[in-house]
Amino acid sequence: MTHSPLPDAVALVAAVLLVIGGLAALLGACGMLRFRDFYERMHPATLGATLGAGCILLSSMLVSTAVLGRPVIHELVIVVFLVVTAPVSAITLMRAARSRTRTPPADGGS
Amino acid sequence: MNALFQIAILFASGCCICGMLVALVRVFIGPSAQDRVLAFDVCYMNGMLLLLILGMKTATTFYFDMALLIALFGFIGTTSLAKFLWRGEVIEP
Repeated sequence: MTHSPLPDAVALVAAVLLVIGGLAALLGACGMLRFRDFYERMHPATLGATLGAGCILLSSMLVSTAVLGRPVIHELVIVVFLVVTAPVSAITLMRAARSRTRTPPADGGS
Repeated sequence: MNALFQIAILFASGCCICGMLVALVRVFIGPSAQDRVLAFDVCYMNGMLLLLILGMKTATTFYFDMALLIALFGFIGTTSLAKFLWRGEVIEP
């Protein structure tokens, strides 16, 4: 890669953000493999979607701004989209799981 | 310092690939359907992050459009699958 070289401070901050984001994504996936219940598995799935995506998108904004020499903020579109849509899919999936695993009442009551 | 940045890009893309593989394991062994849908959600999220990291590596903007499309269609797929599991049909009259 022989583009215009990054400044040292930008490269350092972007590298740290990349490592944090990658570790968050991997920890989210591993936690989803390791937990036992579905309702426990809902928790680490949101880790990669919030912390991992946020750190990597912030790092991408930093690198694009430093390479192109002007403010590049179109990664904010993905950030806003994730912030809006992640709770919607999580709530719908949780309602689906709750309606599929609901136990019938013991004595035929309401 | 650019070498450190390249190493960080390699590390983050390796983490995203391992996360996709782990999510695929959960897709195959998931005991119920909602577990598989959740694992699919994690899998497309890691794929989107991998495309963003590739876009940072090559310094082009094509990968950004692909990442946006993956986020859009992944959300539509997850929500429609969850709605199907919840109500029995996706679009109710």
